[in-house]
Amino acid sequence: MSTTTTEELSATTLLRFATAGSVDDGKSTLVGRLLHDSKSVLADQLEAVERASLSRGQDAPDLALLTDGLRAEREQGITIDVAYRYFATPRRRFILADTPGHVQYTRNMVTGASTAELTVILVDARNGVVEQTRRHAAIAALLRVPHVVLAVNKMDLVDYQESVFAAIAEEFTAYALELGVPEITAIPISALAGDNVVDPSAHMDWYGGPTFLEHLETVPVSHDLSHCHARLPVQYVIRPQSSEHPDYRGYAGQIAAGSFRVGESVTVLPSGRTSKISGIDLLGEPVDVAWTTQSVTVLLEDDIDVSRGDLIVPSADAPPTSQDIEATVCHVADAPLTVGHRVLLKHGTRTVKAIVKDIPSRLTLSDLSLHPHPGQLVANDIGRVKVRTAEPLPVDSYADSRRTGSFILIDPSDGTTLTAGMVGESFASPEPVKEEPEDDGWDF
Amino acid sequence: MTTTVATQREGTDSPYALSHLDALESEAVHIFREVAGEFERPVILFSGGKDSIVMLHLALKAFAPAPVPFSLLHVDTGHNFPEVIEYRDRTVERHRLRLHVASVQDYIDRGVLKERPDGTRNPLQTLPLTEKIQAEKFDAVFGGGRRDEEKARAKERVFSLRDEFSQWDPRRQRPELWNLYNGRHAPGEHVRVFPLSNWTELDVWQYIAREGIELPQIYFAHEREVFKRSGMWLTAGEWGGPKDDETVEKRLVRYRTVGDMSCTGAVESDAVSLEQVITEIAASRLTERGATRADDKLSEAAMEDRKREGYF
Repeated sequence: MSTTTTEELSATTLLRFATAGSVDDGKSTLVGRLLHDSKSVLADQLEAVERASLSRGQDAPDLALLTDGLRAEREQGITIDVAYRYFATPRRRFILADTPGHVQYTRNMVTGASTAELTVILVDARNGVVEQTRRHAAIAALLRVPHVVLAVNKMDLVDYQESVFAAIAEEFTAYALELGVPEITAIPISALAGDNVVDPSAHMDWYGGPTFLEHLETVPVSHDLSHCHARLPVQYVIRPQSSEHPDYRGYAGQIAAGSFRVGESVTVLPSGRTSKISGIDLLGEPVDVAWTTQSVTVLLEDDIDVSRGDLIVPSADAPPTSQDIEATVCHVADAPLTVGHRVLLKHGTRTVKAIVKDIPSRLTLSDLSLHPHPGQLVANDIGRVKVRTAEPLPVDSYADSRRTGSFILIDPSDGTTLTAGMVGESFASPEPVKEEPEDDGWDF
Repeated sequence: MTTTVATQREGTDSPYALSHLDALESEAVHIFREVAGEFERPVILFSGGKDSIVMLHLALKAFAPAPVPFSLLHVDTGHNFPEVIEYRDRTVERHRLRLHVASVQDYIDRGVLKERPDGTRNPLQTLPLTEKIQAEKFDAVFGGGRRDEEKARAKERVFSLRDEFSQWDPRRQRPELWNLYNGRHAPGEHVRVFPLSNWTELDVWQYIAREGIELPQIYFAHEREVFKRSGMWLTAGEWGGPKDDETVEKRLVRYRTVGDMSCTGAVESDAVSLEQVITEIAASRLTERGATRADDKLSEAAMEDRKREGYF
């Protein structure tokens, strides 16, 4: 580390990933092992763990306490959602969304997965693919997390047998592919013993793949932009009105998808007015082209009416605008969501009034069966919802864009975030998942 | 040591992948602009410390070529490093910003707050801060807090709702999904906003180096009269140190954090340049707070308790 130059360090990329798996699967130990073996645990933190281990009567420092120790509130009975942790190797920086794995914490896994480019699903090699594993795979598919890692843990307890690993990997891969998970990497590990987490295992010669950390360091973090619809939600209009910049009028925002180029013909939605990009400022510096997820300021040739909440898109590739949105949602609030509920809907930078018109179905996560017309969704429920908005919104399908295909519902009375929404079909699989014959409302 | 930076970055198949600093910068700018778009009276907490300096730098870039649409608020403990106050005033002047000051000394002089026996004024900042927020009707208050700093902060949202008493309630936290931040709040409530949530100490230093941001000199190694208390080098000063049994020595030190003089420790260091500071931090085996903050050692949940009361 000490010979790495500033320049090299800052040129590394950032990977956001999330973990899933119940406590018994060894998730805390895996995270602890990862932090410890990648030398991301500093002396004072390790001392704290040693102290805590000692006071609990353990004679060796319990690596799981590196994460559990950060959850003091949970011990006091407070439900804690995602905790974020940070570590780095010379090759990459990592933001880990550490999410609790129980079914009642589904909303937390959704929260963690919403910004993750990779999800780690942990299984116990002795138990193989269980109901919880399927649930995690379904949520990863639903949230369209680009990469999924199946970490088959506790290989030390099954004598490091290849056949055990192969059977679990095969069963999981078949299931996840059916859900539409685009990429699955299975890795046999022992978090407790440290096999294949950071250092290659001496006990599994038959495994030729990367260690867990190596995979995290090398998985691609960005997609080919040529397939993305370019989208810029306008956050703020920058008008200096100074003697130096009397006529400057820039539309500031973070590019949600794709790329924009100076000279390009664009349309502003929902008004439908058109113009050409006359300039792009990348935080004060003019550039010819900018792409997702850069925060930019776009200047247009014509002085047309553009304000916060508008969406700038290429004229040749504009999404449809609609007041009727159908989406798969995860309900994240304690109070239920019911048909007729008046809510606020935040999509991109626009917040509009909306009403819940229908809840066609609710998903039973244990077996992925559907419950038609449940009437309401309660905390952690995943279901289909039809919403009517007060104004037309330019929405993409979540399958095309995680940014412009997602929204949240907000309770207008107290501002509570109620529901996370993903527009359009749920899973990428062209074939609909087997459903109960009487359910025709569910089409994921 | 001198490997050139390839345009095709390792671990990616796309030339469009942002470097980690660009990704963090872009995210922070997005947060500043969301607040500018959705709130009436935002303010940036500015102490003259490196995190608030980086915040201001990001805000300047976010709204360029227009001025920053926020004012600044400094909670003045009265136990400041003179170099930092000088830096603060110079910065405010240079960018023609408006500075609000909430003064702990005023509260002590008026008898509202009492000096603690240990002379530490950090816990005394909460009341002046929260009363200033209420009096000025600030509805969004930017803080430089990072989740990597401390375990209570690891749980903090980017948009963190505070009630009319400015209290943080971990039970009431809103899930934060995608980059759809929810800034709804009732009158009297406000939202604390942390644009540097996902930054680490090293990220902050690397960004300072990349952007060529000027810092107060106390961040770099210099000779200083210090004395040792609870394993930390504290600066001798009018705030009540050293005591009779503590001896002052001249040491080559620098600061990793800037706060109240009474509880902010210096580290022994000969790092005089940004490059040397970064090398030192990358090799350090102590966290920033573990090395330099006495107030966090008061109890296991010191930060959490103060945050609940409204501390930043």
